[in-house]
Amino acid sequence: MEKEVIDHIEMKLPARAEYVGVARLTVSGIASRAGYSYDDIEDLKVAVAEACTNVVDHAYKHDGFMGLFCDLYEDKIEIVVSDRGQSFHFEDIKRGLGPIDAEKPIEDLKEGGLGLFLIDSLMDEVEINGETGVAIVMTKFLQRDGREPDVNGIPTKNAQKQQ
Amino acid sequence: MNLDIRTEELERGTLLYIGGEIDAYTASQLREALLPLTEKKGANVVVDLSNVNYIDSTGLGIFIGALKSAESHESYLKLTGLNERVKRLFSITGLDEVMDIEEEEEAQ
Repeated sequence: MEKEVIDHIEMKLPARAEYVGVARLTVSGIASRAGYSYDDIEDLKVAVAEACTNVVDHAYKHDGFMGLFCDLYEDKIEIVVSDRGQSFHFEDIKRGLGPIDAEKPIEDLKEGGLGLFLIDSLMDEVEINGETGVAIVMTKFLQRDGREPDVNGIPTKNAQKQQ
Repeated sequence: MNLDIRTEELERGTLLYIGGEIDAYTASQLREALLPLTEKKGANVVVDLSNVNYIDSTGLGIFIGALKSAESHESYLKLTGLNERVKRLFSITGLDEVMDIEEEEEAQ
């Protein structure tokens, strides 16, 4: 059983670079309110900025919007960044996902493509849905003393049982 | 929302001070300041990031571009003053393996 959403926050922002910072600061405020640590908040900021930058860079030929949705649960935050522009083939991109290979010559390094890798590294769970446009669904668990999510990143059984 | 950018001439090259948040909006300012410096043959370019409190992949991409430019123009790029957060992103992405990043004792 899914646990209940405590709070839901959503925003619609112009899909332009100058609004990526607004999305980032909004999530920072929400996560801070929810009790996330400094480091986790910084991770969330980067992940959200990467998702938004992706929308700004790829989704629209002309001006459009990006959606930011945050669901706060007792033990986690789920953030969705969505657009209604061109969807991209995540599987193709995923194959090229990874850190920089120090063995490669410098002229072969790519300037782009680290964004999704960073999202994957900084968040606990990441899903991409892409039917009409793309939605990146990112989850980060709230770390509390003595009560961490288990190795699979799934809330503890006891917590799930209630209802 | 703009970056704070200052340069200081060194004996052979330039020290570039960057301050602020490097993201999709401000990254182009960094590129415009940094890239031309790396295009001078034999130049020594040191970028001081002590006052950068945020960076993401767009900023990292600019440094990759600058590194490539330095390589092809036979100039030299070095980063200094990275805070823990900024350093963390360089190491997650493996960029710290290919770039010269000066380790220094915590200032202030």
